[in-house]
Amino acid sequence: MPDSSSRLHVAVALDGAGWHPAAWRESDARPADLFGADYWTDLTVEAERGGLDFVTIEDSLAVQSDDPFAPDRRADRVRGRLDAVLIAARIAPRTQRIGLVPTAVVTHTEPFHVSKSIATLDYVSAGRAGVRVQIAGRPDVAAHFGRRAPAARSRAQEYLTETADYVEVLRRLWDSWEDDAEIRDAATGRFIDRDKLHYIDFTGRWFSVKGPSITPRPPQGQPIVAALGHGGAAHELIAGSADVGFVTPRDATQAADIVQEIRALPHAAHRGSEHLHIFGDVVVFLDDSASAAQARRRRLDDLAGAEYRSDAAIFAGNAAALADLLSAWHSAGLTGFRLRPAALPHDLLQITEQLVPELRRRGLFRTAYESDTLRGLLGLPRPANRYARISQ
Amino acid sequence: MSKPIKQIHLAAHFPGVNNTTVWSDPAAGSHIDFRSFAHFARTAERGKFDFLFLAEGLRLREQNGQIYDLDVVGRPDTFTVLAALAAVTERIGLTGTINSTFNEPYEVARQFASLDHLSAGRAAWNVVTSWDAFTGENFRRGGFLAEDQRYERAKTFLQTALKLFDSWRGDEIVADKTGGVFLSDPDAGEFAHTDSHFDIHGRFNVPRSPQGRPVIFQAGDSDEGREFAASAADAIFSRHSTLEAGQAFYTDVKGRLARYGRRPDELLILPAATFVIGDTDAEAADLAHEVRLAQVSPQTAIRFLEQLWNRDLSGHDPDGPLPAVDPVVGENTIARGRASVRMFRDPLAIAAEWRARAEAQKLSTRELIIEVTGRQSFIGSPQTIAATIDAFVQADASDGFILVPHITPGGLDRFVDQVVPLLQERGTYRADYLGTTLRDHLGLAPQPRPAARTNFSAEVAS
Repeated sequence: MPDSSSRLHVAVALDGAGWHPAAWRESDARPADLFGADYWTDLTVEAERGGLDFVTIEDSLAVQSDDPFAPDRRADRVRGRLDAVLIAARIAPRTQRIGLVPTAVVTHTEPFHVSKSIATLDYVSAGRAGVRVQIAGRPDVAAHFGRRAPAARSRAQEYLTETADYVEVLRRLWDSWEDDAEIRDAATGRFIDRDKLHYIDFTGRWFSVKGPSITPRPPQGQPIVAALGHGGAAHELIAGSADVGFVTPRDATQAADIVQEIRALPHAAHRGSEHLHIFGDVVVFLDDSASAAQARRRRLDDLAGAEYRSDAAIFAGNAAALADLLSAWHSAGLTGFRLRPAALPHDLLQITEQLVPELRRRGLFRTAYESDTLRGLLGLPRPANRYARISQ
Repeated sequence: MSKPIKQIHLAAHFPGVNNTTVWSDPAAGSHIDFRSFAHFARTAERGKFDFLFLAEGLRLREQNGQIYDLDVVGRPDTFTVLAALAAVTERIGLTGTINSTFNEPYEVARQFASLDHLSAGRAAWNVVTSWDAFTGENFRRGGFLAEDQRYERAKTFLQTALKLFDSWRGDEIVADKTGGVFLSDPDAGEFAHTDSHFDIHGRFNVPRSPQGRPVIFQAGDSDEGREFAASAADAIFSRHSTLEAGQAFYTDVKGRLARYGRRPDELLILPAATFVIGDTDAEAADLAHEVRLAQVSPQTAIRFLEQLWNRDLSGHDPDGPLPAVDPVVGENTIARGRASVRMFRDPLAIAAEWRARAEAQKLSTRELIIEVTGRQSFIGSPQTIAATIDAFVQADASDGFILVPHITPGGLDRFVDQVVPLLQERGTYRADYLGTTLRDHLGLAPQPRPAARTNFSAEVAS
């Protein structure tokens, strides 16, 4: 495990007004502020006040839809969003310690652009950047870009393999400058030592990228790469390419099985388990009592007109009961959790004000930030540059 | 009738990846640390500048088949650093250069719309185009666009993006909690666009931003570039910073606007300008020469020489005369990833001109390069610079200037502290911002809201 201690990590997944589709109708919700900087800054500052490891920010290259395969025309849900990387960059100067992990859709974007934008996020946050890579397989998303025919690559396996290539390009570009490439040598007039810049010369089935990056190696060397997976090839992507995998077990037994499966994959075994975190995703409805949380869940379901379902486990209860669950799943092998607040800011405040103190009482969560960088918070070393020659 | 007194527009160009930027100065700081960008932006905002300008490069430049190492190398991602700067400034506009060749309209439009939301209406887009396979090697879409198609692509790219910006009218988000209505229009953002470069349809996912769309800049100087600016841009970033050349450019470009039903004040002309400030004009002139020496080091002089000669001259003595051999005529193979080498249309004639000049003025190779690569636009005491800038603007050589300091990040400090107050005293430069958006600062009317949405569903289905 990345930590020798028994402590677990906690991240929060920010999306619109919260993960429940009726969350925007709660009295403390701020649906009119979703497209402004203050809303996202306030939430992240609160998450930082609670000492959380990082926030993730959801994104997509289409209007949100209840139908996973096509757009809908619903007007009673939050629709529309801002670019997640730019939200993270806008938040960065207003926070000091919390990690920022926006989503980047890899299926239709340029790895060169995403590499430098995440490297730049790492600069503007002084070492707190990550990126969650996401696939967009829907035909309506492809129609926004026009060039690529999704039918030819309809199999999920191919998207995942392409994503692995994409992450390889991100990582090579981040390493394409050695840390000490900038020399400012007045005698020879050279600003850089070009022998410390490297062409990455990546050639794969879907794209090739020459390099080097235009952006020097970011403060963390390698910003964090995260991916969500529900099994099979997605678990292979996590094992082979991610620093943090988000998985969706329904109980402690499944959590143990998933952890065992991912850690046994050849890529993960090759990298060493100390370099891979596996976080469980849980949707949370948190209140002072289980009955209050369940009542709120029912009330939101009534407003939405349907029972809320999720790819992840759904928890409705109080902070002590959630701490019991996290503790049990942690013992099953998960190193941390990405909590998806059902409603914002309510469930985030419950996490920072109730859950975090409860976890601290149990010795399961650190009492203060212990590092300036996200890698540091996650107990991951700053990696050596793959292109640097070992100095004699 | 006397001509009305014009108000001057000022903007700041973050020191670039070229030899204008003097990295060897003891005051020169980091070109990548966010604190440099924050200092620079806050200084420009203190000076009530209209906007901060960032250039872009998508492939490191090469010469003689190797990465060019004499200038500042390395820069951040434009969108990301501008979004972060929105957090440490309140009023200044944020202008990013974004290439239309190595991007897709849907993605660029949502990034600019997001930046405009996150900065409360301060985003601007300098639309540039390139076509080289060299840069294309960094991109999955690859390179190479025929040169004659580059403006066509830029134009259609911009038209497509404008259609995306206009796909939301701006009144759709009602967020009525009680009634359970988030959107007044279930099809908000719907669009369809087909032309020779793009064939896309669907729904744009960023609601209309405070300015409606980013302010549009154009930077090309060719006839096509000028026409593109006259038809579609809000401001033009030109290179003509001398009085006569500026006036000629100004008259030409403003004269093209009527053809598109636009008034002269609907397009601002803002040349890039360098400057050196001294306590006196004489001190400034001395300082300017020192800066030129730092900008053209012996090594840099040889590299410049190679760009015209189009051959390896690494053994040439920079303190000696120009080479006896002639330039290699034909495709420039020595320097890649820079626009300036394409300007040498007739290398033999230019070489002859340079030789004559070096001989007449008894100049070494380095001294000649210093002479021919241009002096600073404004050199003098704060009083001289303020008077010159004012005179240029009143004489219609421009509507203002995009200042390019040679030191990162403090190169703007003295201008803001000493020249800006003098311009304010002259009454030709504002004492404070009058509005909140970049359009306000530039004196541009608000972008009109689009009319009711076209029914694209029917169009696509038919």
